[in-house]
Amino acid sequence: MTAASATAEPKGRSREAWRHRLAAQRGVLLAVAIFAAMFAIYGWKQEVGLTASIINTAANKGALLALVAMAQTLPVLIGGLDLSVGSVFVLTNCLASNIVVGGPLMTALGVVGVLAVGLVCGVINGVIVVYGRLQPIIVTLATGAVYFGLALALRPEPGGSVNFELADLMTRSFYGVPSSVILLVAAVVLIWIPYRRSVLGRAAYAIGSSEQAAFMSGVPVARAKILAFALAGLLSAIAGLLLTFVTYSGAAKAALGADYTLNSIGAVVIGGTSLFGGSGSAIGSIFGAFVMRTVGDLLIVFDINPVLQPLFVGIVLLFAVSLGSLRLLHIRNRLDLYR
Amino acid sequence: MSVLTYAIQGLDRATVIAFGCVVLLLAGGALIEPNFLSADYVVQQLQVASFLGVIATGIMLVMLLGHIDLSIPWTIAIGGMMATGAAGILGPTVGVPLAIPFGIACGAAIGLVNGFGVAYLRAPAMIFTLGMNAVAQGLMVFHTGGFAPQDRATALMREIAVGRFIPGVPNPLLVWLALGAVTIFLLTRTTLGRQIYAIGNKERAVFLSGVDTRRVLLFCFVASGACAAAGGVLLAGWANRSYQAMGDPYLLPTIAAIVLGGTNVLGGRGTYLGTVAGVILITLLQSILSVLQPQFWFAELGLKIPAETFRQVVFGIVIIVMLLLYGRERASR
Repeated sequence: MTAASATAEPKGRSREAWRHRLAAQRGVLLAVAIFAAMFAIYGWKQEVGLTASIINTAANKGALLALVAMAQTLPVLIGGLDLSVGSVFVLTNCLASNIVVGGPLMTALGVVGVLAVGLVCGVINGVIVVYGRLQPIIVTLATGAVYFGLALALRPEPGGSVNFELADLMTRSFYGVPSSVILLVAAVVLIWIPYRRSVLGRAAYAIGSSEQAAFMSGVPVARAKILAFALAGLLSAIAGLLLTFVTYSGAAKAALGADYTLNSIGAVVIGGTSLFGGSGSAIGSIFGAFVMRTVGDLLIVFDINPVLQPLFVGIVLLFAVSLGSLRLLHIRNRLDLYR
Repeated sequence: MSVLTYAIQGLDRATVIAFGCVVLLLAGGALIEPNFLSADYVVQQLQVASFLGVIATGIMLVMLLGHIDLSIPWTIAIGGMMATGAAGILGPTVGVPLAIPFGIACGAAIGLVNGFGVAYLRAPAMIFTLGMNAVAQGLMVFHTGGFAPQDRATALMREIAVGRFIPGVPNPLLVWLALGAVTIFLLTRTTLGRQIYAIGNKERAVFLSGVDTRRVLLFCFVASGACAAAGGVLLAGWANRSYQAMGDPYLLPTIAAIVLGGTNVLGGRGTYLGTVAGVILITLLQSILSVLQPQFWFAELGLKIPAETFRQVVFGIVIIVMLLLYGRERASR
């Protein structure tokens, strides 16, 4: 029906529609532009230029955070937050370093097992949030502690191993395209786009805009919320799997999980998703994640002490949220400042 | 009797349940380890609890507003590191006597930036304070990066953290009692306290009532930074030194304690007495886990599980179970 009305529109209208569409994607486009500019500077300052191996390393690092940021996007869209993504990431990393080993069949079963555990973690979050009627931020703070505890039990000391052929396959590049980027594209095409177009995906946006109104309109609120958390768990598990392939081992480090949780929120915000829910996209978060990671790379090429990385990441975060404050300049009614 | 019923009616359900759990924990612990009920043990636990209590006080104010302060870990570290480093920064003559105020002031400065971002730039508190946490971390790394800083606590800091001004009562407990009394007075007896609860319910309505809500927000964030830094000063005095990441283990317990005490994460509801109960509950839980050492039971079964696993898992489960008891929201209808 929308397609029919779009073709029936006169030309001027369609330009209007395009402008509208661009405005809706402004956050994503801004993230893409910032990333492109930063990466261009990075490539220009890099003495050997942008070789395939440099791009591959950058892609692997970026894809890890990008997957976790995609995971974070879904709960944020429904107006929640998932503070357990980093713990699920670490838990699945530790699990993968135990079970993604052996022959092709065992490895495949191991991969399925790791993804299933991520999904289950997400479902547990969703079920507690929906049926327990508790705040997502507190629930996931608590379940995150549990998941991290389990990760420690699986791997008290860093170590373990992984199927080397598969790990090599997932961390090299084909004709200049890193497989981690292919994995990201696959996650977008196979998970994000079908989700975005599904009834429950649209329901997620409705819930984020106004849960009460969505509920009154007969939107399946409970199912949509559980699905959002479940997919967040699944995407975190994919990231955990990729981490195992990159490091060939598992490690239960609290700092790692916290770092990814926090940076994922930053990536989501830089990617143009509103923390109040209801608008944004996982694609923006991917570029947000790459922006966050390129900050670190830029410090290296500009020969700035890498211990200063948190300072610069923090400043980028503060800058990104302060950009949103520009709306204060053209606010008409001061009452709009307050919720 | 009537006084007792009045007192109980004045308490909300969360506070009663949290205090009930404290009693249960003590009783359950005493069955296994009789020392649990000794005065020494209880006083020692209260001393440990007062560090968490001081930190939680400021963040509770922010949570009553419906915001959150995720910059606590490195604000704690700033408090400790700046207090111990004051002699090096301000010079020994000024730095030693002013070490404690200097540390707290640095934490308040972090809170000031947080408050400015949230109140005046209207940035989401979650992400703004997260960014400030990273900035604070970066500043501290920068501070220690170039040279070995002075990291010893001054004699006064040490005395406040471990000494006993009144025999049998640890000094940090006195600090917490004083801070708590001021906070209870602030929340229940002053207009500012009323405004804090009101903003947590509906900031718009408070603004329309003629209150500059932004100033209230700013105040609470500054208080949060100052309290976290004061906690850092106490911790540095207790350990006799300060170090990076000294605040990292405190984020989860602090928020858990406040929430277990019945403060609503969305703001507007919660009592300080509840937070006190939550802080004691969390401290006891940690202590009992370290006394019981469940890892050895599993080791006998042939499972090697680190102690930290039990701490994390029990923590998470307790928070969720307690909240299911009294933290649920109304069903949408």
